[in-house]
Amino acid sequence: MSGERRIARRFAALKSQGRGGLVTFVTAGDPDYETSEKILAGLPEAGADLIEIGMPFSDPMADGPAIQAANLRALASGITLTRTLDLVRGFRKKDAETPVILMGYYNPIYSMGAEKFSQAAREAGADGVIIVDLPPEEEAELKAPIDKAGLDFVRLTTPTSDDHRLDRILPGASGFIYYVSVAGITGTKSAAQTSISDAVARLRRKTKLPVAVGFGIRTPEQAAETSRTADAAVVGSALVGEIAAAEAAGKPRAEAAAAVLGLTRRLSTAVRAGKP
Amino acid sequence: MNKINTYRGGPDEHGHFGLHGGRYVAETLMPLILGVERAYNDCKADPAFKAEFERQLTHYVGRPSPLYFAERLTAHFGGAKIYFKRDELNHTGSHKINNCLGQIMVARRMGKTRIIAETGAGQHGVATATVCALFNLPCVVYMGAKDIERQAPNVFRMKLLGAEVRPVTSGSQSLKDALNEALRDWVANVNDTFYIIGTVAGPHPYPAMVRDFQSVIGREARAQIQAQEGRLPDQLVACVGGGSNAMGLFHPFLDDAGVAMDAVEAAGLGLDTDKHAASITGGRPGILHGNRTYLLQDDDGQILEAHSISAGLDYPGVGPEHSWLHDMKRVKYVSATDAEALDAFQLCSKLEGIIPALEPAHALAHVAKIAGTMARDKIIVMNMCGRGDKDVFTVAEKLGVKL
Repeated sequence: MSGERRIARRFAALKSQGRGGLVTFVTAGDPDYETSEKILAGLPEAGADLIEIGMPFSDPMADGPAIQAANLRALASGITLTRTLDLVRGFRKKDAETPVILMGYYNPIYSMGAEKFSQAAREAGADGVIIVDLPPEEEAELKAPIDKAGLDFVRLTTPTSDDHRLDRILPGASGFIYYVSVAGITGTKSAAQTSISDAVARLRRKTKLPVAVGFGIRTPEQAAETSRTADAAVVGSALVGEIAAAEAAGKPRAEAAAAVLGLTRRLSTAVRAGKP
Repeated sequence: MNKINTYRGGPDEHGHFGLHGGRYVAETLMPLILGVERAYNDCKADPAFKAEFERQLTHYVGRPSPLYFAERLTAHFGGAKIYFKRDELNHTGSHKINNCLGQIMVARRMGKTRIIAETGAGQHGVATATVCALFNLPCVVYMGAKDIERQAPNVFRMKLLGAEVRPVTSGSQSLKDALNEALRDWVANVNDTFYIIGTVAGPHPYPAMVRDFQSVIGREARAQIQAQEGRLPDQLVACVGGGSNAMGLFHPFLDDAGVAMDAVEAAGLGLDTDKHAASITGGRPGILHGNRTYLLQDDDGQILEAHSISAGLDYPGVGPEHSWLHDMKRVKYVSATDAEALDAFQLCSKLEGIIPALEPAHALAHVAKIAGTMARDKIIVMNMCGRGDKDVFTVAEKLGVKL
């Protein structure tokens, strides 16, 4: 079964192409459902290899100002977890290949019910979840139904993860490992490339899973450089920042979508060129 | 439900109180949280830590706080004898200092050199700034922009004590957002920073650690009522926002079957409105700020804004041990409105010469409802957990008085 999973298939394809991938993060429903739909539909063509969709939450405690604001815009536009899954379903009708990973906080899922959410996410066409506030100590009640639904449960490692922590985190992880490259919140500090390559090398000694690196990667240059050492680079705050800028300038929402896809193209071009 | 042997044995080794509690934090924080747990366990086992803590409580805080028979209020309600546990007489004016002293000693043992805290009414912020001055550590306090406005005197006190007060403008700009912002600071400063959480909430070990530091309230009250009345009380009453003063009073009595306990949530403009802060009475279990507990939330699991006239109770969650004590039906969770608290605030000032904080005014509003229905030989102990100086501006405004 795992051989058929989209995430594993995509990382295998990247490997055979001899390059790292680009993972894009946008928040569902930001700035509204229709614009979000357009952005998602355009991401594969613009060069996103994997897509992370943020499930909006009122209290995103691990996120910096850019993604906090994205959550608030999305919630103000009336997005819910059910509507987020509708977005995934709509995307999946048009794209059978690009992996979709749902990223967010546990409470909206717990509120819906872990079992119900896992089934609904699978039926909508999602491939995995990343839950920021569910460390291995607390994840069992969601991981069991996610495993049962055949989705990947992506775990996070950080600069604070010592060997003892890694031994707790890595067994039982699936899909890929998300390395949070700075101790901090999203979209603020950036890690030095040497510390990223050291961390990736350390992870590779302990796991065969692909490693994606995120937090603080904003520019095509940073994405390209990161994707040369890791299996993929994750860009989030810079992309949702394009939406914030378009909104602040009072531009039509079609332009917000175009701006996100434009930055995705620049990031992807740099990543595919394989060098800065 | 099976009868359990003790209500005082929690949490389990993973920090769970039944369904509630736990450690729902970002992975970056996990090694640090586990480190806090180890350090706290070391402290608990160390007689020198205990001796130093008690020395500070005696000579710096001014403990034990008196247990005072409120004779005029007792006569006024015409029923049970009412005692106040006078934690408003502590240094800094509330029970918050008990916990801050304990935590800063844990921080020091861990070798941390920077302290952060969140605050709502400002009482915890002031207490944290105070112990930071005492222990010579830099202090950053996160406070909702809305709370900064309504608690100006406490903001100034924190600054006098040398703390930096950072306004939080995200979300509802009150206590819950200050907690988010403090957690964001902590995750970015894991190496040198200790987070002094002000209530019995947050990831394990905080709910248990804060409860243990606050339990001095209940231990003293137990000995004092035995000395004054020769027996245990029939009823304990305390207000509950996050719930640290209530846990501190209740915990030493939890296994005394004859002692009933009422915890009073803030009903704001009324439980039938969307302007209240009664997370147990009006919420359902969810995950926020590192623990599972009763939360005010919408159908989608988005956290709702709480409302209370009292900034200290204006929080959409509650400590996980309270949620468990509610599930176990050991403690009864009731509520009092803004208006009832305001009445109690004035009554207490006039009859006892004690201006209570708006938080314990909620507890007194509940005492007002039950005292008269109880026989005259019954005993109520209420936690007077803070003094009202900080609230005079809010109250004046509500009463239409210009200062």
